[in-house]
This record gives sequence, structure tokens and C-alpha cells, in this order.
Amino acid sequence: MAVRVVTDQVSVETAVVSRRGIAGTIARGLTANRKAMAGLVLFGLFLVVAILAPVIAPYDPHALQFGQMVQPSGAHLLGTTGTGQDIFSQLVFGTRESLLIALAAGLGATVISVVVGVSAAYMGGLWDHILNLFTDVFLVLPTLPLMIIVGTYLNNRGLLVLVAVIVITGWSYGARQLRSQALSLRNREFLEAARARGERSLYIIVFEVLPNMTSLIVAIFFGAALYAVLAAAGLQFIGLGDPNSLSWGTMLYWAQANGALLAGSPVWVLAPGFCIAALGAAFALINYAFDEISNPALRPVRRRK
Amino acid sequence: MSYLVRRLEFFVITLWAALTINFILPRIMPGNPAQAMIVRFHGRVSPEAVKAIEVAFGLHSHESIFQQYLEYLRNTLTGNFGTSVTFFPVPVGDVIKQGLPWTLGLVGMATIIAFVLGTLLGMLSAWRRGGFFDAVLPPVFIVISAFPYFWLGLLVLLAFALTLGWFPLGFAYDLTDSINLSWSFVGQVIWHGFLPALTIVVTSIGGWILTMRNTMITTLAEDYVKMARAKGLSPIRIMLMYAGRNAILPNLTGFAMSLGFVISGAILVEIVFNYPGLGFTLLQAVHSEDYALMQTLFLMLTSAVLVAVLAADLLTALLDPRTREQG
Repeated sequence: MAVRVVTDQVSVETAVVSRRGIAGTIARGLTANRKAMAGLVLFGLFLVVAILAPVIAPYDPHALQFGQMVQPSGAHLLGTTGTGQDIFSQLVFGTRESLLIALAAGLGATVISVVVGVSAAYMGGLWDHILNLFTDVFLVLPTLPLMIIVGTYLNNRGLLVLVAVIVITGWSYGARQLRSQALSLRNREFLEAARARGERSLYIIVFEVLPNMTSLIVAIFFGAALYAVLAAAGLQFIGLGDPNSLSWGTMLYWAQANGALLAGSPVWVLAPGFCIAALGAAFALINYAFDEISNPALRPVRRRK
Repeated sequence: MSYLVRRLEFFVITLWAALTINFILPRIMPGNPAQAMIVRFHGRVSPEAVKAIEVAFGLHSHESIFQQYLEYLRNTLTGNFGTSVTFFPVPVGDVIKQGLPWTLGLVGMATIIAFVLGTLLGMLSAWRRGGFFDAVLPPVFIVISAFPYFWLGLLVLLAFALTLGWFPLGFAYDLTDSINLSWSFVGQVIWHGFLPALTIVVTSIGGWILTMRNTMITTLAEDYVKMARAKGLSPIRIMLMYAGRNAILPNLTGFAMSLGFVISGAILVEIVFNYPGLGFTLLQAVHSEDYALMQTLFLMLTSAVLVAVLAADLLTALLDPRTREQG
């Protein structure tokens, strides 16, 4: 599970983005930042693998026709599992589900963060107090035990349940960040102007506040996706995923269940874990880059002589 | 004092939320898990245990849901957590008492080490903005923070225990030995705890480094730091006693809030190392669908995080007069 650290110090983007546009902000952020580029290239690589899985994988990932725990060779790049499946093919096809969980759960968590965080800041007063308390409670509750309990009770190991559990436990961090940024935007002139024009609150939030928080929202999406990758892997590792599904976490579950390390088949453990870490790193790098964009104080500086 | 009142409110409400989640979950879940459990355990456990499950999950109860809730709260707050099905007929409280010290010891030690090291490294990296530490540490730890805790545990296990044979493959002490307070036993515990602790430190230290760096960047811009520089104080003194000292406190509160994430990771690490703490107990509870044990574990882990948060809050109120004045 990634360590997330809670700070209140989120400052406002220096420039109001309206002239450059949302797409412009994102594009500029990605190309100007080496960390973001590295993350984006990795992420793109996994996307391509997921889409072209049938072309890349040499065998059917479910086929049991090979020898058991065969060591890596030309025929089997990463060897075979304890039940004789080709590990490389499993890895390639597993990309699809792992990526799907990350993006779906990341999106769900981001939507809840935006709704809770921005409305808390915008409504203020008692509502802010209640929503903020609600956010903090979810932030502090240890999520893994909670996910485990909900997962065991549901006894339904489907993809949708997994995503829902991750969304429920993963939105709070982003909501807190968005709230502090929205709070600092609240009294800016362009919002005063919109209010003076007599715009409705919903219009102001959607067309004036949110566009100015684009880079933070993007950062939060990738942070939530990172959380989703790790949470899904953890849940599947301890057997709370669908054991018949094909994803990196499930591969690790079967590797551990078959004692792959002790049986002299370390690749079975190393490969899926490496993919999880690489996809997670891609998300983490993009997340960090957008944090830097939304908070100029954190940007790297040239060393003064 | 309104700061403390607010934090106490948070403490009480979170605890209440955890208690209530535990009460509501089994009652709103589809397919009546309690009924299914009783059917499965029928004949394997005593009638009293079945009765205990029925009471805990509100089956065949003629009481209103509100009365059940009150009774549940009273039972939980008086330490009556029910009977574990996994370790029948041991009460859940006793099962947890066996695992708790191991988890507290492991996570506590690892967190203290990560705090001291991470704070120092974060300080250095902010002080030398653009220097070696600042260029290398943040990206490295961004990548490490994306590692699954348990996978890093497996890697460490493969490298240092299986291949090199420097450390044991798991457990908290030699199983041939019994728990005692001799030096050799303490040595064993450290030797067995080293790899799991290392895993937790490596994955959690990045958070400390990055927040400490970011908070310190803010304090370095303060006037009192300029003043200290103008007075010609030694750089080390300015770094530690002026900028660093003022950056630690917000960092501490922030990290206490995210301890829940560390605990979640530690659970998986314990599972990888067969470490006999609460995380390992949780896995056993999952395998035998021991709801009473699972829910109490959730409650215990939440309480542990909350106590840490409250301690950080008290410390902040004690050391930072501004929090007391502003409220």
C-alpha cells in the first residue's frame, strides 16, 4: 500500500487557466516535466500491451498444456506456473484487468473526491464541518481491514465489487486536497465577478472553480489509480479476488499458494510484482508531476551559485 | 482550547463510525452471511457458539434494531467481543491479546526508524535545494512508494533469507523456543523482525521525506530564517534549530493521519513473513470466515491509529502555542 501523506499546504495555481484551456494545461504539464514524461511513456506502454494482448502473448494464458514450473527458456520466456500455464502470456493478458481496475476505481474515487471536497469548501459553515469530518474519518480508518471485511461478507469476488470497495475506501485523500485548494480559491476576484453577474452556484463551480483546479484533479486521479493498483493487488494476493480471473494480483496469489519461492520458481513471483510496481510507478510519477504543477513552490529549482 | 475540543470530537466520531460500521455491515449485506456461517459451522462448534453468533448478528432476535445496537455497543466497550470460530473456544479478546504486542512492536519500531531517518533526509533535501539528495531522493521514493508492500517483502525474503541465508524465513522467534525475557530470546526477536521491519521502513520512509521536504521549503522562506542567516549563525544550526524544528510539527500530524495506510501495508508484510501479529491473525480469520475476529481486528487497528493521531494532536497543542490560540 502506498504511503500517502496528508498536508494542508496546497496553494493555488498561479495563473488562471482560462486563456490556455484545460487541455493546454495538461499537455503543457506533461511535456514540460521529465517525471511526467517517464510516467506517461510507461503508462502508454501498458496500454498498448493491454490492447494488443492477443498479438503479443505467444500462448493461451489459460492453457494447461505445458510442463509444471518449467524454468524460463526460449519457448517460455518467463517459465510456467505450477499448473503448467505460460507465465509471460498470463502477464500480458493480466495487464487488461489490472489496468481496468486502476482506471475505473481511480475515476470513481476522483468523482467522489471532487463532489465532497469542492462542495465542502463552497458551502462552508456547518456543511463544511460535517463533510470535512466525514472525509477525515475515512482518511484515518485502516482501509485494508475494512476492504477485507466488506470483501469477505459480500462473498462475491467479481470485478465490480472489487472496484466498488476500492472506490469507497480511496476517495478521502483527494477530497481533502481539493477542499483546501477550493477554499483558497473561494474569495478570488474572478469568482466574485461571477457571483456579481448573478451566476448560479452550480455554474460557478463547474465553469469557474473546477477549470482552475484541473492539474490538482488530474494529480488526484493518478494518485487514486495508484492506490487502486496497490489495493487490488493486496486484496487479490490474500485471495479476495476472483481466483479464476487473470490479473497480476491473482497471479501472485497462485504463486504464493503454490509456494513458488520455496519451490525454486522465483520468476512467478517477481514478474507480476514487477508489473504492479511499474504501473504504480507510472501513476505515481504523473501524480507527482501534477502536484508540482498545482503547487509551484515544489518545483525543482536550478541551483544558485 | 477549541483545537483540542475539535480533535477530541474527531477522535470520538471516528471511533463511533468504526463501531457502527461493524454493527451495520453484517446486517445490510445481501445473502445473510450469518445464516450461511451458522449452517457451515453446524456440528463443528458447540451450540453456545452458534448462540453467540446469533446474538452478534441479530438473528432470531425479537429485540428492535436499536436495542441490538445498544447491546452491541455495551458488549464491545466492555471488551466482550464474542468467541472466535477459528480458535474456538478462545474468546476474540484473548486471540487479539496474543497478536497485539507483535504488531505494535513491529509497526511501532519501523515507524520510529522511518520517522527519524525520513525527517533528517527530508530536511537535508530541502536545505540543499537542487543538490544531490534533492535530485535523487524524491524520484527514487516516488517509485518505491508504488511498490506493493507485500511484494517488496517477498523480494527481501528471496534475497536475504532464501538466497543469502542471513535471516530466517519467517515467524517472530524460533518456534522451538518459548517466550521468555533472556538476552538470547530478545536477540532472536530482533533477528526475526529485521526483514519485516526493513520492508515497512523502506516503503513508508518516502512519505516522511517528501512531506518534510515540502514543509521545510515553506519554512525556509520565513523571515526568521533570513534573520538567522543575517546573524551569521552556522548553517547546521539554522537547518536543525530554525527551519527544521518548525517544519517537524505539521509533518507529524500529517503523517499520524496516514498511519492507517502504514498499518494496511504492515498487515500484508506480516502475512508474507508469517509474523504472528494481528495482520496474520486477520488472514486466518478471513480463511475461516471468522467475522467476530475480523471485525474486532478492524476495531483494534482503527483504535491504534486513532491513539497515534490523538498523541500527535496533543503534542502539537503542547508545543505550538498558535494552535491553542487560534483554535
